[in-house]
Amino acid sequence: MITEVGVWLIFLLPMGSFVLTGLVIRPLMNRYSSVAGHLTALAIAGSFGLSLWALISVANDSEAVTFSPHSWLEVGRVVVNVTALVDPLTAIMLVVVTGVSLMVQIYSIGYMRGDPGYARYFAYMSLFTASMVGLVISGNVVQLYVFWELVGLCSYLLIGFWYHKPAAAAAAKKAFIITRIGDFGLLLAILYLLFNVDAFASQGLNPLEISDIHKAVAIPGLLATSVVTWLAVGIFTGAVGKSGQFPLHTWLPDAMEGPTPVSALIHAATMVTAGVFLVARFFPLFQQSEVAMNLVAIVGGFTAIFAASMGLVMNDIKRVLAYSTVSQLGYMMLALGVGAYGPAIFHLFTHAFFKALLFLGAGSVSHASGTFDMRFMGGLRASMPWTYGTFLVGSLSLAGIFPLAGFWSKDEILASASVSSSAVGQLVFWLAVIAVFMTAFYMFRALFMTFEGRFKGGAEADPAADGRGQVHLAESPAVMTLPLVALGIASVVIGFLSNAIMDVGLVPEHWLSHFLDVEANSFSLAIAGVSTVAAVPGIALAYVMYVSKLLPPARISKRMRLAHVLLSRKYYFDEIYETALTKRVFYGVAAQALDWADKAIVDGSVRAIGYFGRNVGRAMAHAQSGQLQGYGIVIGIGVIAIFAVMLFLR
Amino acid sequence: MSLESVLIVGAAIFAIGLYGVLSKRSAITVLMSLELMFNAVNITAVAFSRYAAPSGMDTGADALARLLLTGQVFAIFIITVAAAEVALGVAIVIAIYRSRQTAFVTDANQMRH
Repeated sequence: MITEVGVWLIFLLPMGSFVLTGLVIRPLMNRYSSVAGHLTALAIAGSFGLSLWALISVANDSEAVTFSPHSWLEVGRVVVNVTALVDPLTAIMLVVVTGVSLMVQIYSIGYMRGDPGYARYFAYMSLFTASMVGLVISGNVVQLYVFWELVGLCSYLLIGFWYHKPAAAAAAKKAFIITRIGDFGLLLAILYLLFNVDAFASQGLNPLEISDIHKAVAIPGLLATSVVTWLAVGIFTGAVGKSGQFPLHTWLPDAMEGPTPVSALIHAATMVTAGVFLVARFFPLFQQSEVAMNLVAIVGGFTAIFAASMGLVMNDIKRVLAYSTVSQLGYMMLALGVGAYGPAIFHLFTHAFFKALLFLGAGSVSHASGTFDMRFMGGLRASMPWTYGTFLVGSLSLAGIFPLAGFWSKDEILASASVSSSAVGQLVFWLAVIAVFMTAFYMFRALFMTFEGRFKGGAEADPAADGRGQVHLAESPAVMTLPLVALGIASVVIGFLSNAIMDVGLVPEHWLSHFLDVEANSFSLAIAGVSTVAAVPGIALAYVMYVSKLLPPARISKRMRLAHVLLSRKYYFDEIYETALTKRVFYGVAAQALDWADKAIVDGSVRAIGYFGRNVGRAMAHAQSGQLQGYGIVIGIGVIAIFAVMLFLR
Repeated sequence: MSLESVLIVGAAIFAIGLYGVLSKRSAITVLMSLELMFNAVNITAVAFSRYAAPSGMDTGADALARLLLTGQVFAIFIITVAAAEVALGVAIVIAIYRSRQTAFVTDANQMRH
């Protein structure tokens, strides 16, 4: 049984490694910065061990793992607590976060070797892991919001890690600002909770305590449906920003400017799933509002095919993976929207492993070729067998091919959507099936372009390469391939083992569903058939286009010129946001209005005070006549007046 | 003779002095009026010292003799200081008269705006 100290240690170990690396090693002993990587990996290994302990404790007796809140501050009737909330959702998230983080840190020791910011990198990574752990164990909304912003900050710092690159600095700013738009919705939801403090107080509940919110929505009539809907919409806005859902998706592909392990950890496996986690955390609230649920389902379903369609034509391997991440997050959202809490978390769980694997594989590939542009890769299979093998496993898993992890979780989502009786459920089911086809195509397109055919020159041929990359076609060092293999094994077995469709001795049937306390879908051959029938043609099409060249991609893009341009320009969303929103609305209207308010109201009031003083002073100056007797009269009358007031008006 | 009658005399002299200070143009007359105001204050101080004792105090003859001389001491101080002040004031008036051939206070208005 895990103690409260143990839970906090999961958070404090990486935090301590951040403090040591950031405040001691980097400023004082940067010569020994290689210690930083090992220290971080060690601290996170400790956290991972404790997370497993937490998982086992919750699995054995989930009711017993509750910790009482600690009062942090009281403002009037509002009490803000600090609470460690360890429920099945938290336990799963802890294992995902610390497990993937551990693999990524080990990989980073090799990938970041020789970088001048080595210690800084590990300081940020430790801070990120600590913040993410803090986010998932938060039992209080304010506490959750603090960590929510902290992971956003770490994301900003790590996207802009190579801040001397203008593209990286711009991408960091973009990510920070766009996620902030979503965070504002979350903040409004928190404030709206405080508006309803009376309703909560009537039942002796604290509106900021997450477990109390769940209790409150379970009491019929305590909160009006409109209140619940607005709360859910506000929370979902935060999730949309963080998880890169439409229409706030534009920051995530640009975030690939950061180091590849950062993309693997933050922008694939953990931070971007925080949005899904947030919706799951407040799932009882969402369930009370049909409007909110349909919104989640439609936004998720639309994002799933919308992002996947852009992934079809990208040439940067990391951007393909980024759009894939957005699309898969849309999958999880649509699952939550149709009420499939268990499948959504299951997919989050498996996706974290195989998507981290794919990103680390992409990093390994660029380690050898010096570029991320797939047009200049090719033929890497022979020189990088381990990377190829694990990348293939990850791609198959993502495409949802039997019996890999992605198959089982994707299948559950499809099954849940198909049994949903509502029109929205049926709609998103077909959206999801289309997304399965696209996923299979773009993943295998990436795989074939990278590993098949002949090598096309890498960094030496890429005009956009900034001279940093060097071509040395060889397998990456063991410190990088070992995490790949570990994540590869997880991508094969974790889907079946964690939510097996039958009893397999060590793991009972539908373990994860029972663990999360949800009804498991029974395995349906029809659904599995549909998803396979959608995925296999995708792979076949990619093969025909990029390996056998029966159908050269150039011919298709010429034939479907309009669609190709639209997709490769990302539906012009960057341009629309840049010109219509930023320049027209923001610079043109909002900034003009603020400029006017600043000049007219703020400056004006200050200038009015100066004008008043100057001119009243000028009038008063005439009273200074230089006639001492005149002053004496005024003083005398004044003294008499004071006496009169004191004597008669007492 | 009661305290009130003495205070009325003091107040009357003070008012006459104030009137003189505020209305006379000649600096010498102003200084003389000022002297009247000083002496009105002196009369008041001595009168209080003669008639009024702080409440709750032993009003035996010895105690009064010993403790209530404060007002009279003040009066003597004021007379001394007033003498010095008049000497200074007349010196200033003479200096002004020498520099600008006038002793009217209304003409000494260099400090106006």
